[in-house]
Amino acid sequence: MTVSTTVRIQRDAFDAAAEGTKLTRGRTDIGALVTFTGICRGAEAGEPIDALTLEHYPGMAEAEIERHVAEAVQRWPLMGVTVIHRFGRIAPGEDIMMVATASSHREAAFAAAEFLMDYLKTRAPFWKQVDKAGSTDWVEAKAADDTAADRWDSPRGQRRAE
Amino acid sequence: MTITLRYFAWVRERIGKTEEVVEVPPAVGTIGELMTWLASRGEEYAHAFENPKIIRAAIDRTHVKAQAPIGKAREIAFFPPMTGG
Repeated sequence: MTVSTTVRIQRDAFDAAAEGTKLTRGRTDIGALVTFTGICRGAEAGEPIDALTLEHYPGMAEAEIERHVAEAVQRWPLMGVTVIHRFGRIAPGEDIMMVATASSHREAAFAAAEFLMDYLKTRAPFWKQVDKAGSTDWVEAKAADDTAADRWDSPRGQRRAE
Repeated sequence: MTITLRYFAWVRERIGKTEEVVEVPPAVGTIGELMTWLASRGEEYAHAFENPKIIRAAIDRTHVKAQAPIGKAREIAFFPPMTGG
């Protein structure tokens, strides 16, 4: 089975719909495409923000995401995976990152997309800073994100469909 | 041993450097010991490493725990818990 995988870390905006289409175009073996897009909210804890600024560890960010994409490809029968993550200043309403997973059936596509998101949140070396009212604050990591990532570490290696 | 250290997010801000090359004393064997040694190098380092339990580390761009041996590391990075996605 041909698995097409793409990992990109970039400053520029991307087109999530077009990236999803790239995975399926010209193929008739794919029956499910899941795309998740993380978008910059205009308010945090009820207060408006001006922008998010994302810092990353060049080299490690790519390597870490590629490791998790490879793991997803091993765990689920995927036909394509695309992960794009931006860095730099991102205004409210703009896309921050996306995950697209393609498979013959939806279960694998949904599960792999969720697995990748949970790991990206806690293991990909990116740090968000909130710019609001002339000051900047680092976003604090959420314990809930660690819990979400940990559930994929079960000995059976794969979460059952719920 | 000569190692390149890299700092990110508020660890970088507190230390005031993005990276530096340091000569690590032979007695420093693990990531945790390296944090303790760094914290003794000045106020800005003490501030950055005041709560070493929450600081994450990577050796040559792979996540490691505090008890990991430094070994033949070329590049070690310290940073807060990640908040991407």
